[in-house]
Amino acid sequence: MKRIYLDYAATTPTHPDVVEAMLPYFSEKYGNPSSIHSFGQEAKTAVSQGREQVANLIGAQPEEIFFTSGGSESDNFALQGVAFANQKQGNHIITSAIEHHAVLETCHWLEKHGFTITYLPVDKNGLVKPEDIKKALTDKTILVSIMHANNEIGTIQPIAEIAEVLKSSGRKIYFHTDAVQTTGAISVNVDNLGVDLLSMSAHKLYGPKGVGALYIRKGTRIEAFLKGGGQERRRRASTENVPGIVGFGKAAELAKKELEERVKHLTPLRDKLIKELQEKIPETILNGHPTERLPNNVNISVKYIEGESMLLNLDMEGIAASTGSACTSGTLDPSHVLLSIGLPHELAHGSVRFTLGRLTTEEDVEKVIEVFPGIVEKLRAMSPLYKKEG
Amino acid sequence: MSDAYSDKVMDHFKNPRNVGVIENADGYGKVGNPTCGDIMEMYIKVEDNKIADAKFRTFGCGAAIATSSMATELIKGKSIEDALTLTNKSVVEALSGLPPIKVHCSVLAEDAIKSAIDDYLKKRDGKGIEGWSPRNHEH
Repeated sequence: MKRIYLDYAATTPTHPDVVEAMLPYFSEKYGNPSSIHSFGQEAKTAVSQGREQVANLIGAQPEEIFFTSGGSESDNFALQGVAFANQKQGNHIITSAIEHHAVLETCHWLEKHGFTITYLPVDKNGLVKPEDIKKALTDKTILVSIMHANNEIGTIQPIAEIAEVLKSSGRKIYFHTDAVQTTGAISVNVDNLGVDLLSMSAHKLYGPKGVGALYIRKGTRIEAFLKGGGQERRRRASTENVPGIVGFGKAAELAKKELEERVKHLTPLRDKLIKELQEKIPETILNGHPTERLPNNVNISVKYIEGESMLLNLDMEGIAASTGSACTSGTLDPSHVLLSIGLPHELAHGSVRFTLGRLTTEEDVEKVIEVFPGIVEKLRAMSPLYKKEG
Repeated sequence: MSDAYSDKVMDHFKNPRNVGVIENADGYGKVGNPTCGDIMEMYIKVEDNKIADAKFRTFGCGAAIATSSMATELIKGKSIEDALTLTNKSVVEALSGLPPIKVHCSVLAEDAIKSAIDDYLKKRDGKGIEGWSPRNHEH
């Protein structure tokens, strides 16, 4: 059976060109970039090139790119680093209720260390209102962290508008965005967005796992995240992940080159999947914004049935998807994102997310449209919540 | 994904036994709630103090469906007294184990059975299972 991968928001297959670019940096060009001999220097050159490629993707300067181990580390670095470097100016941070756990749990931790956090609600489409940010500002606010697009429901936030609100406050308030889902997926430019810090992860854009970056605008006051070495301008010690950085650089270069093409490929597939599933399956709800959403994200709640049982059935058909149901998260609570957009528990438990990618074909989407209605019917027939009409 | 589940669990999930409702059932029980993501409904038909038939409907994950299916299989043909000795552990064992996070599904299955029998006994004797009351499945 042909397997169909529709979980690109979780991770992506590493692009063959990326793998090829990385390979020499394991056993041939294995030097430590901090070494002055030729082995070290060729590795250092490779890291510099990777830095340029990543900077280029988001319209930044290379010296504003700080490599990390991934998106979660970048989020931790941004929030902790800015909070502690600016605590003399204030202790208030604003974020949203639907951030990634890497941001939310860092905020919870900061609360234990003297910071006050405002968690802004979102509307039914998952949007943060810029005027809510304005209202939440105090003379103690030092940092705002709002994700660029949500990983579960795909809603894209009005980041540039929020940046304008912060600029017009008359005080320096740092602005961080988690752009893990958007870099390489839609246009991301740090100046157009007006952000000071931006988190990225290589494996979400056909790069390798275990490497990411934090963009830090020049002049940003931020504490070092790892101490003990001069790497990453002393802000993130540890010998560089040279093959990872090379791979991330290559993935960024490819993303920049193919961005328009990728959006053009994905958007009609996404829209077809949304439209036809809703037509074929009564009583489904599209989660997330109808238009301000990632070109590859389909998230629907199917009434009367539960997410994991849908995923297992899809998996039996070779289709890999994801759910916001508690049953796959290791906790008993469904997704905080789905609850935040106002879904009742049973609909949050009944969500399925399909995220498409560069290898997704029209046939793949058609296969989902062909088999999913039957799966829903089978599970609904088993559900005590379902009353068949008529 | 299905690697987390035993073959027995997957078998009962793929081909659940005894799905449905029994019209004019002798006993009916419903446990769980939408908050925790599992709701089980159990119907029993009793003849000569034996459970002649059992059916279920479940809103829930793979483990919830498989435990409901197995629980109905385990009580069919048993006397009321024997059916009451069914525990969540026996359901888990019959399924060759469950991932730890899913054990609560087997507790729900045990409670669904007990709840249906309790309903039956109340109708028959005017009082339910002695010393038993449905557990609160709020989390």
